[in-house]
Amino acid sequence: MVQTDLIKDPHVLTGKLHWGVIPFHDPVVAPVMFAAIFGGLLLVAFVTYKKMWGYLWNEWFTSVDHKKIGIMYCIAALVMLVRGFSDAILMRTHQALSLSDEFGEGFLPPEHYDQIFTAHGVIMIFFVATPLMVGIMNVVMPLQIGARDVAFPFLNSLSFYLFLVGVLLINLSLFVGEFAATGWLAYTPLSGIEFSPGVGVDYWIWALQISGIGTTLTAVNFVATILKMRAPGMTMWKMPVFTWTTFCANIIALVIFPILTVAIAQLTLDRYFDFNFFTNDDGGNQMMWVNLVWAWGHPEVYFLVLPAFGMISEVTATFSRKRLFGYVSLVWATIAITILSFLVWLHHFFTMGSGASVNAFFGIMTMIIGIPTGVKLYNWIFTMYKGRVELSASMWWVIAMLVTFTVGGMTGVMLSIPANDFVLHNSMFVPAHFHNVLIGGAVYGFFAGFTYWFPKATGAKLNETLGKWSVALWFFGYFFAWVPLYYTGFDGMTRRLQYIDNPEWQLPMYVALIGVAMLAAGIAAQIANIVITIYKRNEPGYKDVTGDPWDGHTLEWYTTSPPQFYNFGDVPYINDRDPLLDMKQKGTAYKRPEKYERIHMPKNSWAGPVIGLLTLPLGFGFVWHIWWMVYVSVAAIFAAWVKLNFERDKDYYVEVPEVEEIEGQFLKSNEGRHYYFEQHAKHYKKWKPSDQK
Amino acid sequence: MSSSETGPGGQAHGSVKEYVTGLILSIVLTVIPFYLVMTGTGSDAFVVITIVVAAIAQIMVQMVFFLHMNGSSEQTWLTASAIYSVFIVLFVVVGSLWIFEHLNHNMLMGH
Repeated sequence: MVQTDLIKDPHVLTGKLHWGVIPFHDPVVAPVMFAAIFGGLLLVAFVTYKKMWGYLWNEWFTSVDHKKIGIMYCIAALVMLVRGFSDAILMRTHQALSLSDEFGEGFLPPEHYDQIFTAHGVIMIFFVATPLMVGIMNVVMPLQIGARDVAFPFLNSLSFYLFLVGVLLINLSLFVGEFAATGWLAYTPLSGIEFSPGVGVDYWIWALQISGIGTTLTAVNFVATILKMRAPGMTMWKMPVFTWTTFCANIIALVIFPILTVAIAQLTLDRYFDFNFFTNDDGGNQMMWVNLVWAWGHPEVYFLVLPAFGMISEVTATFSRKRLFGYVSLVWATIAITILSFLVWLHHFFTMGSGASVNAFFGIMTMIIGIPTGVKLYNWIFTMYKGRVELSASMWWVIAMLVTFTVGGMTGVMLSIPANDFVLHNSMFVPAHFHNVLIGGAVYGFFAGFTYWFPKATGAKLNETLGKWSVALWFFGYFFAWVPLYYTGFDGMTRRLQYIDNPEWQLPMYVALIGVAMLAAGIAAQIANIVITIYKRNEPGYKDVTGDPWDGHTLEWYTTSPPQFYNFGDVPYINDRDPLLDMKQKGTAYKRPEKYERIHMPKNSWAGPVIGLLTLPLGFGFVWHIWWMVYVSVAAIFAAWVKLNFERDKDYYVEVPEVEEIEGQFLKSNEGRHYYFEQHAKHYKKWKPSDQK
Repeated sequence: MSSSETGPGGQAHGSVKEYVTGLILSIVLTVIPFYLVMTGTGSDAFVVITIVVAAIAQIMVQMVFFLHMNGSSEQTWLTASAIYSVFIVLFVVVGSLWIFEHLNHNMLMGH
């Protein structure tokens, strides 16, 4: 992250690249860079030594299996969580040390600090929250609806690699050149070529553009999967809540990501070809950029939080040993949010000058959208009411979410009043609010789901004690880190300060730093938990032999953990919203079906990684104005696409004997449970009050 | 080459005639606004209105001739998603126009 010497006239071969853009002499970045290169080489050497390249290529990289793609999304998300959280540690430490009357205190120079808060926001939204959510959706949603894979398995693989290229580009920007110093949404005219002449904003543009196309394709894929590939008998109103929220979230994504794509394309034209969409002069309108990015940006937060609501619902119902309270109201609340989320975007720029009538409308709409969200909180509370709540680690995440998210929702309603917003706009109160809802709502929900479905994806349960420790550390760490910033926000501290000139804010900054340390410990506990669980995966207490470790209600628990590559030996006919609970209550769970049929499956494809990763030189060439690299990548992508379209050998059948053998083993190991459910069918979980007819 | 082949969604593929009609219509609808802008024919208001009308017609042409939407009962989801899209586009477009009218007035832009 050095201040690069600008090359006005790009070289034919190297574009704007030169040795000066690599931060050899930066005391913060250079060690990180050498450590990353060394670590990467070590990893490559290890994989080569273990002769695992073939295995990785055949079993993982080219896989179109939704479960494996989902796991790869989650791994990338967790790696990027560490990167994004490191930025958070840097920012908090810097602000705690930067009490001063002028620039110079603290350890981060302004241009470096600005890049860090930009990268933190971009990474956490696009490369942590989104992939973690898409990863869990990928693993769980097709299993919940009884599908063998998503509707377009190859597209799923391609989406993953497009996302991965976004990750690679943003990490490259750390070592080659610089990242945007504009804030995570790159407001114009600051992000225009006049005020950001470096390559930072270009990295921002191409990282978001390429991964955003991946997200759009994923949305297409998931919507088609849910509409077309549900198990027989599963009507829309029998879909599990998580599938419902996945459906609504992806409809939102499908509508909003094109807005972002077009807005970024316009900014690209401004920066590369002297257009004037968002410039100060020549008829440009910089406020239109703010308008467009928030027309994308506000529905985007519902895109992130709706699936978290779905995960919370599944976990609450399972661990309360009840059916979900108010399924219909919860689904309608989700649908209402899917529509209302498009009517609130102006609340991000109340102070831009639209005046009283416009502000009043969007303020009221913002308060209204709180209602369906509130409905959901009552759904979860009443699900727990009179249930036999089992306080497992995923349930701890749920309770942490209920408390934290409610606080965040209330500060959101405070901000939704335009008169209040004029006081609080651009103050620390705003980041405190949105971290409150994003951590408290989305992230806790994702972790609840992650803990809940981890055994389904991997075949081993996470350690409960470590899991509860990480909940506790996150919960208290969050409040330590952000309550002080709510206070300083009220007191007039603006966002993104490189130095702090008010001595009264010193103490809150120290308290916040303690909070960040607790959050770091929480993340460390989670990583330790995953590592320990993988290491002990075959020990009793970790290994999930039944495929149904939590006594679940929905279809994903009906198969092995991890599921076979074809997911289900036979897809049962669905009579109920909680199909597995229904089968348990009828005594038909884990019963051998009369006959199996052969299963139609997609073959692995080289094209996902090849076409996807070819967009890396494409983006890199654009960032550095290396035009030959752009042309070559486009030609190569086109050639690969043509070759793919002439391939015919894309699918195969799993024949009945193979299915019978695999399923036979599973059913044999679950024989005891089958008899148990058969004998207890009459009374099984029928003691709870049910809101279902 | 008219084909009765149906995809998994039950939507029929179109005939060549349908695609050619769609193609010609969309070319015409593209050329008209282009012509008006490039030659400077007509008043500003006339040009703007023509572009908007041609754009909406263009969307209709593509939906009918390329996406084969016709509102029949097996297309419930297509119709539902089309209505949803129309509403969202209206929210965003009308909302933006409203916001910017007030904004320009308050900020004295264009005055």
